[in-house]
Amino acid sequence: MTTSGDPEGTTATGGPDGATASPAQEGLADQFAQWRHYVRRRPELQQSDAEELEDHLRGSVDELVVAGLRPDEAFLVAVKRLGGLDELSREFAREHSERLWKQLVLTGGTDDPDTDTRSRRDLIAMIICAVGAAVSVKLPELFGLGFQQDGDSYAPNFALFTLPWLAGYLAWRRRTGRALIGVMVALFALGAVAANVYSLGENSQSLVLTTIHLPIALWFVVGLAYVSDDLRSSRRRMDFIRFTGECFVYFVLIALGGGVLTAFTVGTFQAIGIDPEGFIANWLLPCGVVAAVVVAGWLVEAKQSVVENIAPVLTRLFTPLFTAALLAFLVALVWTTAGINVEREALILFDLLLVVVLGLLLYSISARDLLAPPGLFDRLQLALVVSALIIDVLVLWAITERITEYGTTPNKAAALGENVILLANLAWSAWLMLGFVRRRTPFAALERWQTGYLPVYAGWAWIVVLLFPPLFSYL
Amino acid sequence: MKVTKDLVAASATPMVLGILADGESYGYAILRRINELSDGELDWTEGLLYPLLHRLERLGHVQSSWQSVPGERRRKYYRITNSGLAELAEQRRQWDTVVSALKAIWVDPGDVRRSATTPLGGLA
Repeated sequence: MTTSGDPEGTTATGGPDGATASPAQEGLADQFAQWRHYVRRRPELQQSDAEELEDHLRGSVDELVVAGLRPDEAFLVAVKRLGGLDELSREFAREHSERLWKQLVLTGGTDDPDTDTRSRRDLIAMIICAVGAAVSVKLPELFGLGFQQDGDSYAPNFALFTLPWLAGYLAWRRRTGRALIGVMVALFALGAVAANVYSLGENSQSLVLTTIHLPIALWFVVGLAYVSDDLRSSRRRMDFIRFTGECFVYFVLIALGGGVLTAFTVGTFQAIGIDPEGFIANWLLPCGVVAAVVVAGWLVEAKQSVVENIAPVLTRLFTPLFTAALLAFLVALVWTTAGINVEREALILFDLLLVVVLGLLLYSISARDLLAPPGLFDRLQLALVVSALIIDVLVLWAITERITEYGTTPNKAAALGENVILLANLAWSAWLMLGFVRRRTPFAALERWQTGYLPVYAGWAWIVVLLFPPLFSYL
Repeated sequence: MKVTKDLVAASATPMVLGILADGESYGYAILRRINELSDGELDWTEGLLYPLLHRLERLGHVQSSWQSVPGERRRKYYRITNSGLAELAEQRRQWDTVVSALKAIWVDPGDVRRSATTPLGGLA
């Protein structure tokens, strides 16, 4: 340490000339900067507290220097007198316990004016985009397309009223280049064409498929906007996966709030003899949903590092439970020796099961320290993936038999295609995880595999939306 | 002799308010003043002072303002408010009661023994 003063050092700074005082002052500034840095890492201590304490520290140092200490010695003594930061922040936390909770400051209230203006501009941009989404969802009504009467023609278009706005907001935040914006606009236009050009009957399977797959295809366009600062980066793609999970969680929370709002609106207005159902079905619900998507995206962007991500927490909770459920199912399947009843619903159910397993895998990857050694949780996850794979192979076996027997429909083809895509992903993931558990492959390989696979989902969604209707003669 | 922590904490509010009643001041100066007044016997820490100042501000007993001081620094000054003055008057009344009661009990060392024996004598 600097205080273990050798006689030479003492004589050097002991001189009355200004030349030696200047480096000492500089060192002091460094020490103050370092101290500030430590203080700022405490959530209990805000910028203003740090400044106040620093002023205190400087007062203390000045007094000690006047008393005859060297600046660096004075600094050490003053810091010592201030007491440990642990104790100090504990005392601050007792007065400001809210700081440990409420750290997501949406706009204003932070100490840094730069952050303030940025978050305010974000807020304004978000409001513009959310209002834009709400307005755009009502625009077709001007041309005589009611939301309730023409629900079927509305349904496949729904994502087109909200996701372009979210993508626009993200592109604005990332200052996306013109070329990429052009690509995104073209893709949204393509989506609009796919949703409206084919003349599909009201009961058409393809209409339902488009309604399900177009939002997925367009969500990956949003992803394009999200990763626009670095398209090829695996890390950025992983961020997009995190963004997707958090966005979903926030959207569900907002939707719950919206449900409460709707219930109260209906109840109170009915109490005075007005029936608000038309307003809710035509205005509140569609506008609310499309705006909520934009708000959810903005919330995730705003809070990012401030609040713990919830999706990985849910993953942690449910991975053991899902593993247990799947293993129990496998045991029961073997025990009863009854085959799987492969109706169409069964295939969709098992598709969804694979999606859930993949989700559990993705979100635990998203929260994992890449360098940590394999642990119990990784083995558990391997068990989950393997049991899901076994179940799925059994289902696939049964379904292919059926399709070769009765011929195919759009629904079956789509469900089968998705099943194969998910199966391929999970099979290779299981292989990589096995290598990881046996310490043969690094964990990063699994992450790269998952992020590299993302375009496959997008590609498949676009195929279903664009090629299936003509392929199956608009069935 | 050091004053115990509990007693320091109990007397903290009237002390800070009393110092601020003389005019606005800032943390370091308040701490210095308390040290001077007590000859260093009161063991005040920064962890006691600043959260206390922030609490008094939250309760509306003091107001704070940032002022620039030489050396490109900003300093947070505290000023007592009317509600702070009222609080100080109230605390003072309470402390006067406590102090006068204690004084009546401890008149001088010789009296301590007498005042302690009196009740016994009364019983006898």
